[in-house]
Amino acid sequence: MAVSEQPVRTIEPGQTLPATRPSGRWSGFLHLLAARLLEMKREPEVIFWVFGFPILLALGLGIAFRNKPADTTSAAIVAGDEAQQTAAMIQGKNPAIHVQITEREAALQGLRLGKYDLVLESDGKGGFVYHYDPSRPESVLSHSEVDDALQAASGRKDPVPTSTVASSEPGSRYIDFLIPGLLGMNLMNAAMWGIGFGIVDMRQRKLLKRFVATPMRRSDFLLALMSSRLVLMIVEVGLLLGFGVLAFRMRVTGSWWTILLVGVVGALSFGGLGLLTAARAQKIESISGLINVVMMPMWIFSGVFFSYERFPAILQPVIKALPLTALNDALRSTILEGGSLAEQAGRMIILALWGGISFLLALRWFRWT
Amino acid sequence: MATVIECRNLRKTYDGKVEAVRGLNLEIAAGECFGLLGPNGAGKTTTIEILEGLLAPTSGEVTILGHKWHSHERELREQLGISLQETRLSEKLTVRETIELFASFYQEPRLSDEALDQLQLREKADSWVGKLSGGQKQRLAVATALVGNPKILFLDEPTTGLDPQSRRQLWDLVRSFQQGGGTVLLTTHYMDEAERLCDRLAIVDHGQIIAEGSPAELIDRLGGHHVVEFSVSGTSNGTAQEVWRALPGVEGVREDADIVSLTVREPHLTIPPLLDAVERQEKELLHLTTRQASLEDVFVRLTGRHLRED
Repeated sequence: MAVSEQPVRTIEPGQTLPATRPSGRWSGFLHLLAARLLEMKREPEVIFWVFGFPILLALGLGIAFRNKPADTTSAAIVAGDEAQQTAAMIQGKNPAIHVQITEREAALQGLRLGKYDLVLESDGKGGFVYHYDPSRPESVLSHSEVDDALQAASGRKDPVPTSTVASSEPGSRYIDFLIPGLLGMNLMNAAMWGIGFGIVDMRQRKLLKRFVATPMRRSDFLLALMSSRLVLMIVEVGLLLGFGVLAFRMRVTGSWWTILLVGVVGALSFGGLGLLTAARAQKIESISGLINVVMMPMWIFSGVFFSYERFPAILQPVIKALPLTALNDALRSTILEGGSLAEQAGRMIILALWGGISFLLALRWFRWT
Repeated sequence: MATVIECRNLRKTYDGKVEAVRGLNLEIAAGECFGLLGPNGAGKTTTIEILEGLLAPTSGEVTILGHKWHSHERELREQLGISLQETRLSEKLTVRETIELFASFYQEPRLSDEALDQLQLREKADSWVGKLSGGQKQRLAVATALVGNPKILFLDEPTTGLDPQSRRQLWDLVRSFQQGGGTVLLTTHYMDEAERLCDRLAIVDHGQIIAEGSPAELIDRLGGHHVVEFSVSGTSNGTAQEVWRALPGVEGVREDADIVSLTVREPHLTIPPLLDAVERQEKELLHLTTRQASLEDVFVRLTGRHLRED
């Protein structure tokens, strides 16, 4: 808001016409938008939750699930005459397996506690007994690796020669899957809180009522809220993707324009949903609960942290109809696979329907006072 | 003078049972400062919000500047300045940003510097609203109402909770707006505010107007301009009241927790016979004061209750 350099004037008693200046058609909208952005800029918590939090989340999860140099398994060999020799046989064939020789009690205890994935014991007749936990994938893996190594070291010949290629290219790692999901979740969170909570806060403070007591156009107010969301969305998308590219050498294969357009539709869709959630709520306590109720299923089902393919097939149509699923799928398709805008048509329609219907219902039910 | 605010037979019933306003008529002329005086819960805020077009009446008619709300809302909004009871403006905006924001809603707003000067907020122009004192916040609230250059100013409890100096500053503001030709409608439960600021007022109780006129007229209707208050030893009884009423110049008698209030025309004619009467009853005078009659006395006379039941 510009500071106008006007000469100081005082009002004399009896002066009936104070100096005025005309306002343009969009003056109200622009001031509302500027006020909204200024308020947000001056609220450090908002900056953290909108920008800092998703980046920290990406960083933490990216480090936790970074691609380790092939998972190693750990086996214990019960101390005995041939223990040393057995250990050498295994490590000679597969050096990645970590082998330790220990007493029987300690070995079985270690297996129970997850310290060892497998315990190997001589049966005293030249053979071996495996102790393992078939419900633990690393235990099963260790069983098969150790058995392979032992059999091969004892002279087994594989009837079919095979070879493997390890895949840890950018684009196929967990962090690549994660970042578009976090972006989608963040667009949802920011829109629901920014619009839903923002409106109820203003309603509780009677500021909405004060606004409608002026000639302010109500559509300008809603438009300014939505526009502030779009401005922030551009920053959010840029920051999170930029972070992925710089910190994790993520490869953005799709066009930035397509990604941005998906972001716009996503932000508007959740903006509409936020508006509907806030249409009637009078207290910030009730809107906080409502927002969480609306978002909770999508955190779980919409494939933010893991693929929704894990859920039973019967749920899939419902999951795919959720707006966050559509947004995440569209973001992953464009960012990771370079999918074109046309390929996102179905998902964009889902987002537009959610946003549009919510917006219309919100306008119908909206309470200004 | 032209009538700028008019309402007829205004009623508002909440949820079909709570009757907040029960048949209220008002006619306010251009250039007047009109007050709605009454205790909390009398229906003042409901009434003013109906007149402001923020609340729909259950029945009755409202005409503002010759227009109805449903047909001329936008035109009316351009010409009214409204300050609600308890609006919390955004704390993280500066005073100037807040005024500019409100100015931007009007087609022909005033210069914000001018509004800042008039409201004595220029020094605070770049402070965040959250840092202002209660009086400054209230002045800012009025500034946001004045920045649209309104013809009518609505103020709902403008000085509730303010210190005496801030109250006087606000009263000065209202007067200067009125001197510029503006019309003011305010609600208050402070009788001194109503008495000093309003040209005319309506005393509201239980959603109805129980008296209307200038402060002086209303006090005149008490019959006397002075109040003699006293208390005597021993318990009072009905016969004592007859004695007080029979004293010369007494227009009204009221007893409230052992304190007797006499409304009188001329205290010097009433007090000597009063002292004689106390002596004749062989009672002791514990306390005696005289003062000018106020709107509080009018309210007590009309309702038997005090304006502020603390």
